[in-house]
Amino acid sequence: MKNARIRWHILVFLAPAVLVYTAIMIIPLFNTLRLSLYTEVGQERVFAGLENFRTLFGDPRWSASFWNALANNFWFFIIHMLVQNPIGILLAAILSHPSLRFATLYRTAIFVPTILSFVIVGFAWKLILSPIWGIAPEMMDAVGLGDFYQPWLGLEETSLTTLALISVWQFVGIPMMLIYAALLTIPDEILEAGECDGVTGLAAFWKIKLPLILPSIGIISILTFVGNFNAFDLIYAAQGALAGPNFSTDILGTFMYRTFFGFQLQLGDPHMGSAIASAMFAIILIGVCIYLFGIQTRMRRYQF
Amino acid sequence: MSMKKLTASLLATTILTTAASAQDVTLTIESWRNDDLVLWQDVIIPAFEAENPGISIEFSPSAPAEYNAVLNSKLDAGSAGDLITCRPFDASLALYEAGHLQDLSDLDAMENFSDVAQSAWQTDDGSATFCVPMASVIHGFIYNADAFEEVGVDLPETVDEFFAVLDAFQEDGSYIPMAMGTNDQWEAATMGYQNIGPNYWGGEEGRLALIAGEQSLTDEPWVEPYRQLARWGDYLGRGHQAQTYPDSQNLFTLGRAAIYPAGSWEISGFNNLADFEMGAFPPPVPNAGDECYISDHTDIAIGMNANTEHPEETRIFLEWVGSEEFATIYSNALPGFFSLSDFDIAQEDPLAQEFVSWRDQCDSTIRSTYQILSRGTPNLENDTWNASAQVIRGTETPEEAAARLQEGLASWYEPQQ
Repeated sequence: MKNARIRWHILVFLAPAVLVYTAIMIIPLFNTLRLSLYTEVGQERVFAGLENFRTLFGDPRWSASFWNALANNFWFFIIHMLVQNPIGILLAAILSHPSLRFATLYRTAIFVPTILSFVIVGFAWKLILSPIWGIAPEMMDAVGLGDFYQPWLGLEETSLTTLALISVWQFVGIPMMLIYAALLTIPDEILEAGECDGVTGLAAFWKIKLPLILPSIGIISILTFVGNFNAFDLIYAAQGALAGPNFSTDILGTFMYRTFFGFQLQLGDPHMGSAIASAMFAIILIGVCIYLFGIQTRMRRYQF
Repeated sequence: MSMKKLTASLLATTILTTAASAQDVTLTIESWRNDDLVLWQDVIIPAFEAENPGISIEFSPSAPAEYNAVLNSKLDAGSAGDLITCRPFDASLALYEAGHLQDLSDLDAMENFSDVAQSAWQTDDGSATFCVPMASVIHGFIYNADAFEEVGVDLPETVDEFFAVLDAFQEDGSYIPMAMGTNDQWEAATMGYQNIGPNYWGGEEGRLALIAGEQSLTDEPWVEPYRQLARWGDYLGRGHQAQTYPDSQNLFTLGRAAIYPAGSWEISGFNNLADFEMGAFPPPVPNAGDECYISDHTDIAIGMNANTEHPEETRIFLEWVGSEEFATIYSNALPGFFSLSDFDIAQEDPLAQEFVSWRDQCDSTIRSTYQILSRGTPNLENDTWNASAQVIRGTETPEEAAARLQEGLASWYEPQQ
């Protein structure tokens, strides 16, 4: 008898999250997927099946834009993985060193850019690097490197990397905080046991701490992946929707925005835009699945 | 009891406010001209409200680059304002065809506008006009007169003279010869290609021939402007690749650059900022004595949201926009936006006078990519931005750029196939 009673409190506690999440995430998501299967003929919306995807991948112009955006997106992600996360881990390792003074100050200072708006970060860095008013050319002149100054944000070869590094500067606080928290949970007994066996200093980091924080690094990688493939704001704030120069900073987010909402004389095409959004969703889904099933399940966990 | 009282009083206030708002209508204007906010609020709107008690106007602009996207979303959601500022040609035509803009052909004020003025806001067959034309903008070059005097150069009339002037400034070294960046791309196309181009393709003649498919973008008249642009790169400031539009405006108004490839819309902003003498010259012609052409682009109009709740009041406002009074107020409040109406309007601003005087010496045309040719994908206007910036940067040759544009246009535009 008692077991059959409906446990209302579960429903009550779940309801707000389920309702809000459904209304603002799940319904729009499926609506976008549905929209990508339609097209507009005259003023009518008609079902077109996979026609939009055929255009996106089959038409030489559309597919060139798409692959360009995807390749740029991968480069953006690789820079984050190679620069942001190792630096984050390094900073966390240094910060968690017991003899470091002013650790709280450094931690706060490094984390502050994370809470700044993309618009502020984009604008501030544009000014810093500006060839006309920026402090970068003068600072480099002052140390005798003036000849190496380039208008990095304006050159096809360097603009994407520059933007990726700006984004790294902004977000390096997040892996640092997560790893820092993970490092703090490692019990001192383990490290002390290691010391008795002669594992100290750098060796202790490589052999004891790093294996213990691997799950956190995995989480950070997947957060970076999702964040980078959904990125849009910084590029839009710094380079505008045309993602110049010559589309060298065009990532999937800006490509989708331009297509969906239109740009200047080009009218918006919500159906092609949804097709791109669906492709982005698929890419992220595949990436997350590879991580969840391929990597996370094989990761060893330690119980203290 | 007290609950009932509260409800009653709430109801009463609701009814009262509704009654009040029935007499006092507020119309909202959607616009991309956020630079003009103060002028609308301080000059234009008070003038209208003084004559039309009971109608108040709210000017609610969004950022130019986002305007089309924002407006389309608002219209689809039914939350757009009563009055819609119209972009020329297809952007507005699409809104009309989607039923968002009202046909205004029967508006009395339409008689005050020539067919050419109306053409940017008409259906292709000219049967319906859906926006009241407000203003056009003229392209040319604004120069720092003090700098010209200091370096001792005269106004250039031909292309050779133009480059001689640039060389003189380059040699002198105290001024950046020309203030333009290639970061935002559109200046390269709008103030570069569309500015000097009409002299090569012969204004309307070339533009219409391109639409008809009799000329192509790889023909000499359409490639030559790119060759000119390719030469500009040397005269722009250091790091022009990362120089944005506001950077260029500031460089010029701070007196650090000699020449600014301009649109007349810059005049009011520059008047407020520059503390040196400014002048303007039209795009130089290839050879002395050549017929000159200027881009006198139908740029801005205003229409009526088809779903407005106050159609009558909106029409009253639109009639006023088509009147001589509005034309005079607008042209003088915003020097550089030249009224498209047939009224003879006295310009007070000397720089604006200079720009508008070119209409007497040169033939007017509009930007080549705006009518019909930017209807498809790839979009010719957006591609022209990219190509012009690339050519000035030197990362694409004029011939390659022209070939790429032609290929893109021919891929969807039948007369060019």
